[in-house]
This record gives sequence, C-alpha cells and structure tokens, in this order.
Amino acid sequence: MEGFPIISAIIAAPLVAVIILLFLKDEMLWLVRAISVATTSLCLVLSLYMLWAYDKAKGGYQFVERIEWVKSLGISYYVGVDGISIAMIVLTSFVIFTGVFVSWVGVKQRVREHYIFLLLLVAGVFGVFVSLDLLFFYLFYELAVIPMYPLIGIWGSANREYATMKLTLYLSFGAVFALLGILSLYFVAGAQSGVYTFDMLAIGKLSLERSYQIKVFLPLLFGFGVLVPLAPFHSWSPIGHAAAPSAVSMLHAGVLMKLGAYGILRIAMGMLPAGAQFWMPYVAVLCLINIFYGGLVAMSRKDMKFMIGYSSSSHMGYVLLGLATLNYIGVNGAVLLMFAHGIMTALAFSLIGFIYDQAHTRMMYDFSGLAKKLPFVAVAFAIMGFASSGLPGLANFVAELMVFIGAFKDYPFQVVIAVFGIIVTATYMLRCIRDVFFREPQDKWDGLKDATTFVERLPFVILIAVLLVVGFYPSIIVDIINTGVVPLVDKINAVPHG
Amino acid sequence: MLTIFHYLILSFLLFSIGVAGVLLRRNIIIVLMSLELIFNSVNISLAAFSYYLQSLNGTVFVIFNITVAAAEVAIGLAILVSVYRVRKTVNVEDLDEMRY
Amino acid sequence: MDIWALLVIPLIVSVFIALVTRKNEELSSYLSIGAVVIGFLIVLPYLLKLPGDPHMHPIEQAFTWISIKGLKIEMGTLIDPLSIIMLFVVTFVGSLIHIYSKGYMHGDPGYSRFFACLSLFIFSMLGIVLSNNLIMIFVFWELVGLASYLLIGYYFEKPSAADAAKKAFLVNRIGDFGFILGIFVIYYATGTFNFIEVEHHIAAGHVSSGTLTLAALLIFCGAVGKSAQFPLHVWLPDAMEGPTPVSALIHAATMVAAGVYMLARTSFLYAAAPDAMVIVAYIGGFTALMAALIALAQSDIKRIIAFSTLSSLGYMVLAIGVGGTGAGMFYLMTHAFFKALLFLGAGSVIHACHTNEIWEMGQLYPKMKTTAVTFFLGSLAMMGVFPFSGFWSKDEILSATFQSGNYFLFAMGILTAFITAVFISKLVVVTFFGDKKYHGHPHESPKVMTIPLIILSVFAVVAGFAGFPGLEPNFGTFVHTAGAALGEHGAHAEHHFNFMVASLSTIAVLGGILLGWSIYSRKGMKSDVMAERLPFTYKFLENRFYIDHIYDTYFVAWIYNGLAKILNYIEVNIIIIFIINGSAYTVRQIGKGLRLTTTGQLQNYAFVMVGGVLVLMIIFAAIL
Repeated sequence: MEGFPIISAIIAAPLVAVIILLFLKDEMLWLVRAISVATTSLCLVLSLYMLWAYDKAKGGYQFVERIEWVKSLGISYYVGVDGISIAMIVLTSFVIFTGVFVSWVGVKQRVREHYIFLLLLVAGVFGVFVSLDLLFFYLFYELAVIPMYPLIGIWGSANREYATMKLTLYLSFGAVFALLGILSLYFVAGAQSGVYTFDMLAIGKLSLERSYQIKVFLPLLFGFGVLVPLAPFHSWSPIGHAAAPSAVSMLHAGVLMKLGAYGILRIAMGMLPAGAQFWMPYVAVLCLINIFYGGLVAMSRKDMKFMIGYSSSSHMGYVLLGLATLNYIGVNGAVLLMFAHGIMTALAFSLIGFIYDQAHTRMMYDFSGLAKKLPFVAVAFAIMGFASSGLPGLANFVAELMVFIGAFKDYPFQVVIAVFGIIVTATYMLRCIRDVFFREPQDKWDGLKDATTFVERLPFVILIAVLLVVGFYPSIIVDIINTGVVPLVDKINAVPHG
Repeated sequence: MLTIFHYLILSFLLFSIGVAGVLLRRNIIIVLMSLELIFNSVNISLAAFSYYLQSLNGTVFVIFNITVAAAEVAIGLAILVSVYRVRKTVNVEDLDEMRY
Repeated sequence: MDIWALLVIPLIVSVFIALVTRKNEELSSYLSIGAVVIGFLIVLPYLLKLPGDPHMHPIEQAFTWISIKGLKIEMGTLIDPLSIIMLFVVTFVGSLIHIYSKGYMHGDPGYSRFFACLSLFIFSMLGIVLSNNLIMIFVFWELVGLASYLLIGYYFEKPSAADAAKKAFLVNRIGDFGFILGIFVIYYATGTFNFIEVEHHIAAGHVSSGTLTLAALLIFCGAVGKSAQFPLHVWLPDAMEGPTPVSALIHAATMVAAGVYMLARTSFLYAAAPDAMVIVAYIGGFTALMAALIALAQSDIKRIIAFSTLSSLGYMVLAIGVGGTGAGMFYLMTHAFFKALLFLGAGSVIHACHTNEIWEMGQLYPKMKTTAVTFFLGSLAMMGVFPFSGFWSKDEILSATFQSGNYFLFAMGILTAFITAVFISKLVVVTFFGDKKYHGHPHESPKVMTIPLIILSVFAVVAGFAGFPGLEPNFGTFVHTAGAALGEHGAHAEHHFNFMVASLSTIAVLGGILLGWSIYSRKGMKSDVMAERLPFTYKFLENRFYIDHIYDTYFVAWIYNGLAKILNYIEVNIIIIFIINGSAYTVRQIGKGLRLTTTGQLQNYAFVMVGGVLVLMIIFAAIL
C-alpha cells in the first residue's frame, strides 16, 4: 500500500458515494443501501489498516499527503495522522458503519437523501480528524456540523424543529469563536515568522508569546468547548440527541462531540502550550459541572434518550478532566475515553432507537419486563449500561481508570467527585435497566420484536465486540494513542511555568 | 461675470427644490419630476466644473447622465402607468405594500 | 500456566454457554460444573503440598496489560499460602454448590443462563484470589459485583429481585468508591500497584503514617461494601431474592468472603496503620452484634441465615482489626463450609415446603432426615460448639481479640456468640421439631442435592482440626500474607490456645442453646413469642434497626428526589427556558420592535436618507 493515498481515500469514499447517490432513483433502495454499506466498510477497512500499519516506533504524523491549494495565502490540502487521530478515525468508521445498518432498519422514508447527508457528515468528520491545515480543519468542521440540520429537521422525532435550530445555532456560534482563534493564529504567526500559512505544524513550531497564547486560547477553548459540550453550553446536546433519528444520534454523541474535544486537544492545547498551562486548571473545575450536574440531571430524566444525552455530557466531563491533567496518563485516558464513550453511546442510541421505532415511546415508565420479550436487546442494553458505569472488561473502565490515576495527583478533589459521578451513572443506568427490562412483562408490549435478523443484530454485535476487545486488551489502541499523546504533553510541559 | 459660484448656487437651489418635492409631494408623478430636478442640478454642477477645470470629463458625465435619466424616466413612467392601472391611485402614501 | 487455565476456564465456559449451548441445558450444566471441578483439581496439588512447605515462596506470574509513558498496569497471579487456601475454599465449596444447583434449578426456564452466570461468578472470584496487584483485584472485584447483580436479579420479572440486584450493585459501588481512591493513594505513595512491592515500600518506611491510615481506611471501604459491614450491610439480606444456591455461593465461598480476603491480602497495610485497625475492629465487632440481634427477630429461614452471615463477617473483620489475619481466614474457611451447608439445607427445606417462613414448617425431621441431620451439624458448627469447626475458628478470633487487650470488643464477641446460639437453636427447633405447621407433603430432596450436603457436613465438623493447636504446622502457620515470607508480619498469625477464652465462649454458647431451646420448643407456638413479650424491641429488630428505612427516606430520597430534581428544575426552567430560550426571545422582541420602522412609505425612507446625508455632511464639515 506504499504511496496509496489512504487518508484521501477515506475522505473521498463517502463523497464519491454521495455523488453516486445523487444520480440514483429513490426506489433503488437496495442499491442505495449497498453503496452506503460498501463505502463505509471501505472506510472501516482502511482505518483498521492504518491502525495496523502505523509505525509506533517512529511516531509522529504518518500517511502524510500535501497538495498546495492557494499558495499566496498559505493554504494547502495537508493531511496526516498521529496516534490520536487514528483512534478517532477508527471510532468514526465503526460508528458510521454500524450507523448505516441502524438506518437500514430505522429509516423508512427518503432513504436516499438520508444516506446522502449521513455520508456528507461523516466525510466532514474524517476530514477534521486528519487535517493538518487550519483552514481545511475549519472547512471540514463546518461540513460535519451543517448536515445535522436537515438530518434532525427531516428525519427527527418530537420537537425536531426546535432541536435542530438550537443545535445549529449553538454549533455555528461556537464555530465562529473557533474561527476567530484560527484566524488570529494565522495572522499573528504570519506576522512573527514572515510566512503566512495555515500549516498547523509550522505554526506549532513557533514560540508564540505567552500573553498572546493565553489570550487566544480562550476563544478556541470556548468555540470547541461548545461542541464538547462544556457546561453551561451543553443544552443543545441532549435535545439534539433526543430529536435525532438513531443513526444521527449515534454519530452525534459518538463522534461529533469528540470533534470538540479533539479541537481543544489538537489546536488549542497542541499549538498554545502556555495557554493550556494557564487555562486547563480552570477546565478541571468546570468539568465538575459536567460530571456532577449532568449526572444528576440524567438521573431525574424519564426519557431514555435524554438520560443518555445528559449522561454523555457528564462523561465528556471526564474527558475534559483527563485533558486538564496535562500529563501522559490523564491525556491518554481522555483520548481513550473519547473512543470508548463514542462506541458506548453509539450502542446506547442504536438500542433505544430500536425500541422506539417499534414502541413509539422512550419513557421508562411506559415499559417493564422487556427482557422476556427482547432478550438480545436486553443483554446488549445491559452491557451498554455497565460499560457506561465503568465496569471492568469494557473499554470505558480502562479509560476512566487512566483519567483518575492521571488526575489524582494534581486534582484529588476532582477525582473524588468524578468517582462519585460513576456511582451516579451506575444508579441511573441500573434504574433504567430495572424499569425497562426487568419486572413483570406487560401485555401491551407483546407485539415488540427482538433483534433477530443479521442486519438488526450486526451493529449491536460489532459495537459490543469493540467495547469488549478494548476492555480486555486495551493495549491494542492505547499503545497507538500513547505515541500521539507523548509529544503533545512533552511540548506543554516543556514550556516554563509563568 | 458669472462665476462658478453662481452655477453652484443655481444647482443647489434646484437640488433643494427637488429634495423638497421628493419628500413633501404626495403625487408620485411630481415626485418623479422632482427626482429629475435633482438629476439636472447635478448635471449643472458637473457642466460648471467641467468648464471651470477645463476638462471634458464632466461634460461626458453630463451626457451620460442625460441618457441614463431618459431611460430611467421611460421605465419609471411605465411602472407608474402599470401601478395606476392596478391601484387606481398615484398617491405615494397609498403605495405601502412593502410595509411590515 | 495451570493457574491461568484455572482462571480462564470458567470464563470460557460462561461465554460458551451464553453463545453456543444456551438451548442445551444438560450440556450447559455439565460444562459449568466441569469448569469449577477442574479448577478444584488444579488447586488440589498446591493445597496438598502446603503442609510440607508452610513458608513457601510466593509464585508470581504477570503480563503487561497497559503500558504507556508513566503508567504500567499488569495482570498477574500470585500463589502463596493465603491464595491457595482461598482457592481451595472457592473451588471446593463452589463445586458442591454447582452440583447441588443442578438438582435445585431443575426445570427452571433460565437453566443455562443460571449456569453461565455461576461460571462468571467463579471466574471473577478466582480473579480476586489470584490477583497480584491492586488494579487487578479491583477489576475482578467489580466483576464479582456484576455476577452478583446477574444472579441476585435472576428472577428479574419479580420487582423485588430486580430491586435487590440493583441495590446490591449500587451499595457495593459506594464501597468501591473508597476502595479505588485508596488504591490511588497507595499508588501515589509507592508508585506501584503490586502487593509485594507495596509491602516492600511500606516496610522500608517510605510512606508516612497519615497516608497509610488514609489508604487503609479507604481500602477498608471496599471491604465494608463487599463483606457487608455496617453501614453498607443493607444489600446482603435483600440478596436473598436470588435462587438459594446463589445465596449459598454469595454467603459462603465468594463475594462476601472477597472483602475479608482482600483485607487479609493487604494486612501489611493495616499492620502499619494501627489507627485504622481500631476502626476496622470496631466496625467488625459492631456488625457482628447488630446482625445477631436482628437475626433474633426474623422469621424467614434464608433471612435468619443471611443475618448470621453478616454476624460471622463481622467476626472475620474483627479478627483482622485486632491483627488476627490467620484467625480471620481460618474462620472464613470453616464458615464457608457450614454456611454453604446451612444455605443448601435451607434450600432443600424450601424446595420441599415451598415457603420461606419457619412458622409454616415444623416437625420436618421425620420427613427429611438427611437434610435435618446435616443442617443440625451445620448449626452446631455455626454456633461454635466443641469440637465442631466453628468452635476452633471462633475461638481463635476471640483469643486474638482478648490478646489485643480490647476487652470491650471481646465482650461484644462473647455476647454475639450467645445471641447466635439463641437464634440458631430457634431456627433448628422451629423448623425441624416443634409442632407440625406445614401444608402438603414435604419429601426428601434428590441425591444430587443431598450428597453435597453430606460432604459439606463432614467438612463442617472436622475442618476445625486444621487449626487444632496441637497440630504443627496448623492453619495459623501457613496463612499469612504474600509478604510474610519476608518475616515481618507473619508472627501475629500464630496464636496460643487460651483455656479461659474457650470456656467463656462455650458457656455463652451452651447458655444460648438452652435459652433458645427452652423458649421455642414449647408446644402450640404459632408465631414468635418474642413479638408478644417484647413488642417494641421485636419491631425494632425486625425492621433491622430502621437502617434501610433511614437510607431510603434520607439519602436516597435526598439525592434522587431532592438534589437531582432540583438540578433538573434548574436545567429545564432556568438554563433552558430562562437563559437560552430567553435570549432567543429577546432577539425576537428586538426584531419585532425594529420591524416597525419599515413603514412602506417611500417618503419616510427618503426623509431618513436625506437626514443621514445631512448628518454626515455636518460631521465631515466639523472634521475638516
């Protein structure tokens, strides 16, 4: 595969599929689905190949491709992956691959358009994770956010207009701040070095003034933080999850929220080490709101999707805590948690969607005893619930453990609250399992069907398998994340404390 | 001896009359005519400056303006006629379709 | 390598049953039984070698699980006398319970699921026992929690079972909260998770005593949860909702024993933190007494035995708290035999009578002789009558307490022994003798159930001689922690037979038996006489000191109905409605106001435009 542009292929595959889908007729359902499955499996295979082929000993950015785009402005199509990006790309591939199958089962109208937007979105997400050029980073970022609007607005459930409007406004609002930071970096770095460029690595090599770093870190932190979502700018996220169709919720919680954390990690922390030193301790305090507040709000929610939505923002609090540690263990844990949480929430939303599509309600109190009728879904849901509550053997445990170990030295108080947050998570997850799947079965749900066919089961099986594999043998992905985290953390710690 | 100031004063007076007509008269035809007055006041000052500076640029502009004004009047009157046919009025106060 | 096989086989079997042999119930049960019996056979050679080599060198095998810059976590096994004895208890008692379950669970719709969960349970428990480091023990610790959740909630259609499972998991989680923090404290104090290395660091005096006390107390929280000590004991009685063999497994060989085992494993920590030990001892002593008192006022056969377990666990923790790790482990082992016996016996009775109420049984002895006799032997061991196993092990704990000089705790221990004798004799008398109160035709259980009972009763009778003071080397010699090979803390495991302590406890037990027998063997008793004579005390005890009630009304309600609801209110009404929708509303209102300027009057616009030009002109004029 030497010389083959793998990264461009991963981005281009969904875009090519979009163009093909545009020319198909709506009635060609099988062809539409086949193309989507083929594209996403290609992405999955390529990203797993990258995971395997990445040279851990060498580290740094690999599979790099660079094409000058607008030379006078210093814009180039410049892509490459390090350990962190690979983890995120593998995550995205898994989520979109399973998401295509979930949509296969769940989406019944305007199937072709649905896949078009889904694939557009995912192309944007891939692009963000591989971009080494700030402008392309931003373009892909917008490409990832915008398709959400029609996806929720057209295929969503209750309250979808409100949700999609709120989500788009929030994300655009955040994006403006991020753009502000990016442009500032471009001009300031250009003025300092004399060469105006959007090249992240080139800007990253400059030693910018400490006070400037502190100033410009803030809009970047805020801009990407809205997407994380950093409390108190989180309220777009639960309702967005709740209104979106299953596959979109999966991508939204599984991948899109990680874009924010990735932006903070790659751009804010990666390029402004002194800013990171200054601001991240504050983030370590803010994330407690996410963890504690998000968790308790999730506890009082009766709608399963809202519950998972708030739980997501609670879990992203752990990611932020891990990032805020600014040490190897914590940042590694944060990246692994992004991965693990992405897979876990994707599983959660696919399962809830599966039930909702049949029962047309997501309220916990409407259900009881579903385990008798839907044993497969019940087992999968329980695995998801336990993963979410940090049970060993599943990927989230390893990640949370690493975050805690990393954070304990500098932020023992936060760790106490965060560990308590795990109990809160376990409380609402187990309560949900008890309410929905345990207790006496009801007659009115006799009509529900378990996941029996290959297409129905495949996404659940794959996601559970990933959780288990990483949970039992975390080195498979931790080793590679570590190669990306070490230089980043070294760079931050090399800056003298001011 | 007529100096440039005389021309400019004439131009200013015409302009003011035109503006007053545009702002104060309710008949849309008069408003259009007042607009023409404004146009011509500008033309006068352009011609005056052209003579004063001994440059042809101003004169060229004047001729250009007259052409444009002619086209404008043609279109404007055509619109007026069709508005009148539909609304049966030439009072600008009644033509508030674009209101909030 | 055989040790890894020991650990992994139950996991493989569990997964295999879940995925492949789900439909084939016979095969599933044989696989599951096979897994644990093979485990027992792997452990046996180690156990037999032990008396010849009581000071064996610990065998450690490990592989790297996570390795990143600055952190290395291993998964490894540690074989030393402590773990060998625990492995023996788990696999031996586990095997008998598995075999018994085959009969007990016959005809249950979830037969295969049950055995898959049992194997998972055994896997997790073996993991705890074999762990060579704190992270690994925590991993399996949590998996035990998972397995118990699945088994307690086995009858998940029953709301009470679903609640009990949830409660068990969550209460354990609260304990684990302290446990994991304790692990972090130790890691930052010593830089390692490995037991032997941690012990070296502590022995070398690298850790300040304040840190040690903190770490010891935090880690003790884990044991408080798993071994059901006050104040986290509330899950254990509810865990009765699972099938009876599960109760036997939880109470005897796994789960609750895990907490005590973990304390024994980390006893070097407690030896170095005397302040923490005092707290441990008092919590143990208090739990023992409290549970015994509560057991007096229960009438459900499984509940009575459940509270007796709580009481026994209190004893074990007390032993650790007074420095008698060997005594605690010895009691753990004998307790595993007689408690498994009592539970399986109770299961046999329930199987026959279809009720848990002892006041609906009575006069069962002629109907089910084997069960009755084995149950009787188990009870004697439980009460600690000479020369049954419970006598020797309890005696060790009591003399260790006595030697520690804490006479208050010693008195609590003796009192507990007395009360235990009262309620156990009540249980035996009311169930097997007394008046006939059962309905239908109870009959003896099948052989697959009675044979494990007989085997267990043999051990319940004789296991105590492993700690017989005249025997050398006896149990106390080879139960010491991994680091005991270093010669530091092994010493306190030795003990000397104290005749005074033995006679005191014997007097207490015999007194208790006499009292219990004389009260409850009276004819014509339909319900508990204590409820009539001491109504308030009885009610207080029956309601378990109202501890569950306090938790439900205060803690649970506070967090769940109070704090969570308040935050949700803030989220919905203040953040979403007021701030977010409010700002959207403000923008909309401003827009509505500005809209009014669009009058549609051409001349208004022209007027504003002219005015604007004039203003600009004035400004320019002023500037120029």
